[in-house]
Amino acid sequence: MLKIKDLHASVDDKEILRGINLEVKAGEVHAIMGPNGSGKSTLASVIAGNERFEVTQGSIELSGEDLEEVSPEERAHKGVFLSFQYPVEIPGVSVTNFMKTAINESRKAKGLEDMPAKDMLKLIREKSELLEIDRKFLSRSLNEGFSGGEKKRNEIFQMAMLEPKVAILDETDSGLDIDALRIVASGVNKLKSKDNAVILITHYQRLLEYIVPDFVHVLHNGKIVKSGGKELALELEEKGYDWLKQETAV
Amino acid sequence: MSKFLTHFLFTYYIEYMAYTEEELKKELETKEYEYGFYTDIESDTFPVGLNEEIVIAISKKKEEPEWMTQWRLEAFRIWESMEEPTWANVHYEKPDFQKISYYSAPKSADPNKTLDDVDPDLLEMYRKLGISVDEQKKLQNVAVDIVVDSVSVATTFKKTLAEKGIIFMPISEAIKEHPELVKKYIGSVVPQKDNFYAALNSAVFTDGSFCYIPKGVRCPMELSTYFRINQAGTGQFERTLLIADEDSYVSYLEGCTAPSRDENQLHAAVVELIALDGAEIKYSTVQNWFPGNSEGKGGVFNFVTKRAICEKNAKVSWTQVETGSAVTWKYPSCILKGDNSIGEFYSIAVTNNYQQADTGTKMIHLGKNTKSTIISKGISAGKSQNSYRGLVQINSRADGARNFSQCDSLLMGNECGAHTFPYIEAKNKTAMIEHEATTSKIGEDQIFYCNQRGIDTEKAIALIVNGFSKEVLNKLPMEFAVEAQKLLEISLEGSVG
Repeated sequence: MLKIKDLHASVDDKEILRGINLEVKAGEVHAIMGPNGSGKSTLASVIAGNERFEVTQGSIELSGEDLEEVSPEERAHKGVFLSFQYPVEIPGVSVTNFMKTAINESRKAKGLEDMPAKDMLKLIREKSELLEIDRKFLSRSLNEGFSGGEKKRNEIFQMAMLEPKVAILDETDSGLDIDALRIVASGVNKLKSKDNAVILITHYQRLLEYIVPDFVHVLHNGKIVKSGGKELALELEEKGYDWLKQETAV
Repeated sequence: MSKFLTHFLFTYYIEYMAYTEEELKKELETKEYEYGFYTDIESDTFPVGLNEEIVIAISKKKEEPEWMTQWRLEAFRIWESMEEPTWANVHYEKPDFQKISYYSAPKSADPNKTLDDVDPDLLEMYRKLGISVDEQKKLQNVAVDIVVDSVSVATTFKKTLAEKGIIFMPISEAIKEHPELVKKYIGSVVPQKDNFYAALNSAVFTDGSFCYIPKGVRCPMELSTYFRINQAGTGQFERTLLIADEDSYVSYLEGCTAPSRDENQLHAAVVELIALDGAEIKYSTVQNWFPGNSEGKGGVFNFVTKRAICEKNAKVSWTQVETGSAVTWKYPSCILKGDNSIGEFYSIAVTNNYQQADTGTKMIHLGKNTKSTIISKGISAGKSQNSYRGLVQINSRADGARNFSQCDSLLMGNECGAHTFPYIEAKNKTAMIEHEATTSKIGEDQIFYCNQRGIDTEKAIALIVNGFSKEVLNKLPMEFAVEAQKLLEISLEGSVG
């Protein structure tokens, strides 16, 4: 579904990704772990098409299509979703209005009419229940005055609404208390299917106790230095990243 | 959706461009003015220049009574002794008042004609404006007076309104038909000597709207005036006088457009509102005068004096959406004379390219327990300068006066400016005055967040700007709000692409 080949990317002429290779198939959950500054969030941004980063080499393919010339919103229409580490505030725009706009823009791109209000309401009700979101919350301005946990839960609510093919969750576990983590994780698990894929970016093993990955990759200095099954995450938890750094330095 | 929307059918095309601030700025500069067409109608235009003869000639042309002529001459003499103000935060080449023609009437305009007889060219112009006069007649709840250049062309719904005792007609007619009302109130809120432009307007105004709502009457429809400057080298000096008698209510809408021209056109209007005891006036403006091209050439100079007087328990709300004009100098104000009277000012001012706006309000608290609210939203893009200037004055006898002011600025790009000049003068210890201000910038991260959810940059900016302006948009009559939203999109993102 998502194929990344020898991906190099830089920001302000500083190379951050130095040859990433990754293949994510439908139905799979991949975890990307690594120390601070290893390029995890950059990878997420580059997949989503953030133009702050320049792709200098390599390619990203979604369902066989090269994404190089594809704008961020078109990538979204094609099913790429990024749950942001730091979701931005948009004052005066309610969560509902934002979602309505997002869904209808995607539909427009596919040549569909706006979603009828009735269906929209039904969808909102269904998905907000899934994530145990109080619907009053949805009338509030997007992310304005939201707690860290509310922001993250709102991201996953948006994911539920948009039903992406590939969802990248960038540090979704950070800032969540244990109850919120459980709700978010169970939401993600319910949204997971054989037709979509999830990429979890995280520092800690904690999230992976709730959303169990099929593969774990360790990113260091802009490269995947080790891949393995879910047991790799445990090993990292135990030993830290230093042993890997040494291993790759050799 | 209401048919009213079709009046302002703004068509604009969208083309996607990847967003960076640099690109955004470039895109904004390429904005084309939507109403830049010129209708070739034969018009009856006075020679340029201003002197007593011209003032008398205007008065004569309008078949005015002697008192009106004298009133104009008085204003002209005052104007001659005045200097153009320079305190506003705007820079422009001062207009040469002797190079302007002070009267221009489409030749085919005849107030006695029925709408069906209106010049097809004029109708075509309305059609381009999105206002079909024919359509107007059929529409419910909006009565429209249209002022092209200097003459009121047609007032719809006159009969329906007359049944309620409401007078809504061009001021030129009112001077003849209701001299007692005009004489009593004209200049009572904005005297001839008030300021340079008001004095000029008092001397040379050619038309405008007059409205009187009788005691206890709730005007059953939105009253609306549409202004358009068409002729080159002419000034438009309309005068609006609106009187809401005791316990009456009226909602009034005002729209403005002008064709694109290289030279600057002058617009110096005066609007006077009188809200007698217990009356309520809602006055909404969507101003879309030609803002000049992307190099800052041309555009309308909009020097407007708008003021309301509120008697006991009266309420006046000014709501404005200002997107046009090269230079705007405008402070819709309320004199809260009566006890318990309320003044409100809700404003969205958008500037782009080289536009300059110095706009705000004055709330003068004279009566006891008077209340005022000011919500101002300034949006600046391109190389524009956007200033809020407001005065809250609490006089010594105004016990228990309250004011709340909020001024928010939104910046796009790095070359525009937002300025806030709040003046507060409190001479009464019981006054409660609150002022809040914020400045923010549309960030690339906000745009990217929207993009990531499938919303293109154009739509994203619209969403952010509308969110920012929401508190003010909510104050507009519903149909107008939808239009205003569209207009914001055009002024800003219609240009992104």
